[in-house]
Amino acid sequence: MKTPTYLPAVAGLALCATGALAETPVLQVMTYDSFVSEWGPGPSVEAAFEETCACDLQFVGTGDGAALLARLQLEGPRTDADIVLGLDTNLTAAARETGLFAPHGVEVDLSLPIAWTDPEFLPFDWGYFAFVGNEGDAAPTSLRALAESDVQVVIQDPRSSTPGLGLLMWVKAAYGDEADAVWADLADNIVTVTPGWSEAYGMFLDGEADAVLSYTTSPAYHLIAEDDASKVAWRFDEGHYMQVEVAGKLAATDQPELADQFLAFMVSDAFQSIIPTTNWMYPAVTPAEGLPEGFETLMTPEKSLLLSPEDAAAKRDAALDEWRAALSQ
Amino acid sequence: MARSPVAITPFWPGAAAAALVLLLTIGTLAAVAWRAKWDAGLSVADWAAIRFTIVQALVSAGLSVVLAIPVARALARRRFAGRQMLITLLGAPFLLPVIVAVLGLLAVFGRGGMVNNALTGLGFEPISIFGFHGVVLAHVFFNLPLAIRLILQGWLAIPAERFRLAATLNASVWRMLEWPMLRAVAPSTFLVIFLICLTSFAVALTLGGGPRATTVELAIYQALRFDFDLGRAALLACVQFALCVMAAAVVWRISLVDGMGAGLDRVVQRWDTDRPVLDYIFIAAATVFLLLPLSMVVLRGLPGLFDLPTSIWAAALRSVIVAIGSAMLCVAMALALALRGGALVSVIGVLPLAASGLVVGTGAFLIVFPFVRPSDVALIVTMLVNATLALPFALRAVAPAVAAVQSDFGRLAISLNLTGWSWVRIVVLPRVRRPLGFAAGLAAALSMGDLGVITLFAGQAQETLPLAMYRLMGAYRMADAAGAALVLLALSLALFWICDRGGRADA
Repeated sequence: MKTPTYLPAVAGLALCATGALAETPVLQVMTYDSFVSEWGPGPSVEAAFEETCACDLQFVGTGDGAALLARLQLEGPRTDADIVLGLDTNLTAAARETGLFAPHGVEVDLSLPIAWTDPEFLPFDWGYFAFVGNEGDAAPTSLRALAESDVQVVIQDPRSSTPGLGLLMWVKAAYGDEADAVWADLADNIVTVTPGWSEAYGMFLDGEADAVLSYTTSPAYHLIAEDDASKVAWRFDEGHYMQVEVAGKLAATDQPELADQFLAFMVSDAFQSIIPTTNWMYPAVTPAEGLPEGFETLMTPEKSLLLSPEDAAAKRDAALDEWRAALSQ
Repeated sequence: MARSPVAITPFWPGAAAAALVLLLTIGTLAAVAWRAKWDAGLSVADWAAIRFTIVQALVSAGLSVVLAIPVARALARRRFAGRQMLITLLGAPFLLPVIVAVLGLLAVFGRGGMVNNALTGLGFEPISIFGFHGVVLAHVFFNLPLAIRLILQGWLAIPAERFRLAATLNASVWRMLEWPMLRAVAPSTFLVIFLICLTSFAVALTLGGGPRATTVELAIYQALRFDFDLGRAALLACVQFALCVMAAAVVWRISLVDGMGAGLDRVVQRWDTDRPVLDYIFIAAATVFLLLPLSMVVLRGLPGLFDLPTSIWAAALRSVIVAIGSAMLCVAMALALALRGGALVSVIGVLPLAASGLVVGTGAFLIVFPFVRPSDVALIVTMLVNATLALPFALRAVAPAVAAVQSDFGRLAISLNLTGWSWVRIVVLPRVRRPLGFAAGLAAALSMGDLGVITLFAGQAQETLPLAMYRLMGAYRMADAAGAALVLLALSLALFWICDRGGRADA
């Protein structure tokens, strides 16, 4: 809704939104908050898809990826959503366990640095976690080097934030049984742990830390949107843990054809070319015109790390305990 | 909150308000527990979180009250130009969304903040704000204003006649009037702040420096968001309620009830206002501590203010409407409950403080979802929940005033057969205008800054200002977000000021 009508909204009149569109089929996509925001991919995606589908595409935004899964679990099989978009591989095992998802059935050549075979969840974008610091500052070259340095970083809590959980898995994937020792060494480098990405990133920009846990693509925002080349992502020798963001079709959808059409659209150029400069991630399928100018300056890791969804789910609780014990000393 | 010997107000408004509070606190908890699979117990980490939660809440609340007493006393004793404005401004930290206040605090006490710049400039070692002391500092920053206001209300409620009496008797105002007043007001102020700190989450985590600073509320967040373990969330919410009940029981034991009789609303004159310098030192210290981080919020926000996206203004309008709605509802509920009086009302008046915002939101979602689309009722539910969450503060301001009216004029009214709505309109309302205005302002401003329920319910068309601000931050637009925060601060203060002013004939 570009021009909201306040009074009906305030009166809680449920009826005002859809009356005129009753004939048009509605596809409801449940996603995370920043996807649907004015500055996220949502509005452009909606416009592009509605041009081709003769339907009404509605986004329902809720918190971050983890909140999204919780929301789906709250709604259960009764949910009105047809598609869930925005889970990552640390959450897909739990999502699969709900039994609410159907196979996506899409065959496509993905531009991921890893092979993708998941029958239920289809990637729409991906990125590497990285510490982002200021150009010109001494940059550690590995997690170990960071742990041994005096560099001060701010990270997110793995219990409340998806990047925080990503770092937990990063250390686990890189160091396995030695992860707790690495965390113990990292403890004095961590200024603080924030509930979400926004708080941490805001604190870094305000100079509270030398670097922040974010993505290798974060400097692209500053470069492209603000013409500011002062932010750099640090390359670490252990490799970088990936975040692959996926969508899935709900088995109980009342619009199965539209849902299939949306998933096919999702990996097409029309959708994928919107992603880099709105979600600030790599598109899952590089569009024909390539990546936007500026993305070629980004640091690309030599090694990609990613635990399988089942592995990530199985290791999470123990990894959390290690993390908590190491940082509570 | 003594009940008058004869019921002079009808039963149902108080009962309806009580029912709504119970529904949104215990009812939502029950809705979560209902859906839970019960295999949860408390882990070692949970016990550590409970310990940390209690200790930081005790220290934060204690410090807030102890520091507030001299400031409130000074403000009650002195009259100076700009005093009203200062009192309103001092209330601001309490009204801010957490993240805004935290970034403001960091601009003063953080690594690149003013304090450390000054320290390093003078050749000292910089200090770190992160740790237990940071949590306490932030909680005092948030709650000192509330403590000052609640205690100041106590001071202003002492009738002029008693000061005359004290002066006539040449008795110590402190021992005869102020100390008994504090015995009545300070413990309940402590309780309110203790409970606020008990359910703190983002402040504790962000400034606590790591998982040591885990509170029960964070554990609830984790259980609801990441583990989808409703049973554990419900169990932890019960722990919060249990802590609340225990704290309330202790406080009510040590609170005193005022028994000195009524006043006739004369302008207070005092004869004990010696040592003005000390008073002004207290006022100045509190002003610097509270307003410095706020001015940083303003400075951070100014650059982004002038090219804010238009959607921010739509969100701001929505927030203002929700705030006004919840303020009216909150004041009506507070008045109804205060007129009803009794022990149940005292319990209901603290329950919302102990409620976990997340459990309330989740429970409300579970209750609403089978019947309507959550986004369709997002603003209504936000209004109801915010009115309920602000109720303890409103009740704390309104109930003593109403009880005083009842004990002072109740018998007279009954002998005149002045009951029901006429009694409320003719006797009660004019005499409780000041606390009502304060309560309405507080409720409105708290509702402006709220980011609890709305995150679970709102769609794109129900975005409120705090939510829009968070979405800006999530889209890397920190400057715009800081601008939005400034708008939020200004609107919250304006709403608070208008309501508070409207209720104040004198002061």
